[in-house]
Amino acid sequence: MDILIYGTINSVALALYALGFALVYGISRLPNFAHGALYVLSGFIVWSALNTLGINYFFSIILSLIITAIIGALIYQFFLIRVRGMEISEIIASYAIALAILEGLRWGGFKGMTYTLPAFIEGSTTIAGISVDYQRLLVVAIGAALVGCLWLFTRYTRVGLALKGMAQDERAALMLGIDSDLMALVAMGIGSMLAAFAAILLLPLGNVVVESGYNVLILAIAVCIVGGIGSWMGAVLAAFLIGFAQILTVVYLGSHYQMMVALLAIILTLILKPSGLFGQQKELEERV
Amino acid sequence: MKAGTQQHRRERIDRGIKIRTDGLYALMSWRELAYLIAPRFILIAGLLILPQVMPGMYWQRVISIVCIYALLAISFDFLAHYAGLVSLGGAFFVGTGGYLTALLNTGLGMNPLLSIVCATLLGGVFCTLLLLPCLPLRGVYFAIVTLMYPLFLARVIEALDIIGGTDGIMGIDSFPNAWLEQYWVIIMVLLFLFAVRRLVNMDIGLVLRAVKDNDQAVRASGMNVTHYKALAVLIAASIGCMAGACLVHIYMWAGISTFALDFSVLPIAATVIGGSGTLVGPVIGCLILVPVSELLRDFGTLRIVFYSLILLGFIVFRSEGLMAYGQRKYQQFERWTKI
Repeated sequence: MDILIYGTINSVALALYALGFALVYGISRLPNFAHGALYVLSGFIVWSALNTLGINYFFSIILSLIITAIIGALIYQFFLIRVRGMEISEIIASYAIALAILEGLRWGGFKGMTYTLPAFIEGSTTIAGISVDYQRLLVVAIGAALVGCLWLFTRYTRVGLALKGMAQDERAALMLGIDSDLMALVAMGIGSMLAAFAAILLLPLGNVVVESGYNVLILAIAVCIVGGIGSWMGAVLAAFLIGFAQILTVVYLGSHYQMMVALLAIILTLILKPSGLFGQQKELEERV
Repeated sequence: MKAGTQQHRRERIDRGIKIRTDGLYALMSWRELAYLIAPRFILIAGLLILPQVMPGMYWQRVISIVCIYALLAISFDFLAHYAGLVSLGGAFFVGTGGYLTALLNTGLGMNPLLSIVCATLLGGVFCTLLLLPCLPLRGVYFAIVTLMYPLFLARVIEALDIIGGTDGIMGIDSFPNAWLEQYWVIIMVLLFLFAVRRLVNMDIGLVLRAVKDNDQAVRASGMNVTHYKALAVLIAASIGCMAGACLVHIYMWAGISTFALDFSVLPIAATVIGGSGTLVGPVIGCLILVPVSELLRDFGTLRIVFYSLILLGFIVFRSEGLMAYGQRKYQQFERWTKI
């Protein structure tokens, strides 16, 4: 039973990590290696707003969401837009941004166990004999709500439909009057905001540490590859697959092996079905 | 733009001496010979003389580190710009080579030079086997997997407490003498630099560049793309493992820090600064970046911020790099022409 509960929580966490990355890559074909860095950065923004500036927790969360979205958009507008379409440069440039943010935070003294965010609601409850704290339940609830909102957003709003159109065929979208640079900017902003959302929900469960930036990036990429790049439903299902696999390995093999799961999942997917479980790209385009 | 104003534009034309020296048969004067040889001679002689003019042991050690990074940068440049595979994990090669040579040296009691050579070959094969799953694919997969391996291997060693665990492997032999320690890496850099330059101009280099530019065409010509990619990875991984093995024998210690981020980032930054795809550029980039990074040693991880910002600036705003700029000035002249 505890496998089921903690597996679900872990899976939702993974889905939250991956959503922003999947969105940006799906829409503008930009592998945003700065995703994990934005995740950690937003955690630190909340922490400093809360403790240094002394703002109320709720408003510091809102502030952090907005600032992270703006930073993501600025990164796109000033750097990534210039290298768009050049695969090697895209990867190197976004990775350089990630390193600058993460190592800058590390240098700025944000390391160790001292930086923690308070839970939204303290306390815990018991479900079927297992005690689960409210924060973890909130993660699942808000995560599910977020996926739902995103689905509605891409289906029923003009911007959402434009984004979807661009993801399907950029040239056709251009012909229909969709500004592809603007849409990529919006996608990057939303993607960054999703990273911030994940950070705000999940960081109260642990410490705000710089290393988690690299882990989040790797897990997000693992989920996207297994689920099929460009497919959101695939990403959510893959998050559940990897999430449960991780919890099962922790229970039956020990926590040392947990980190192997993501790597093994990536490699198995690449060998068996490179377009991912629900990939919309044709395999021929990727496999040579 | 006013009507009637004479417009000018700058045009670049190859120098006459460059065209005359393009073919060997045309070498008729000492001047032309010198034009051709001077850049190569300056590089070789410069690298060989450098340790002698350095003020002390510390800076001589820095030259060795420069050479180790230069090997990694050559490996990155070859892989990224001649085979189209971006490797974000130079540290993976360094760590593999370093641990292998440490095991061979302490476990089997091999002579350092022999263990370096064995680690180079074995490490190349090991890295290629691990990277094989993502080679048949195009796109970002290779970058992602190479980014993951060093982080994962470091944590596997840490968590399972195998091959030394967090303490690392100690008691590794150093090079037989100081002279060899200094010059082995320098000679390796020169050897691999010119070997890779030759390689990319041979038929196989042509095939590799075709794999990068249009893999379907290579496939249509009846060649196995994955086979060539694996070959390129084998070569690059061997060069990287050689760098790692030399590093371990210089420090006489192999530990988790051989998987550090520095080994992945600095070579990329050096390549971008020096000039992507020139192979000499990365070496020059390392000669600039590594001493600067030594001077910044007190700032800790701020160094990585510093390289990444330089890297970002160069790749976004000046992606040609120093070497391409220098080459242009050396081989071409500019003049204003009327439109």
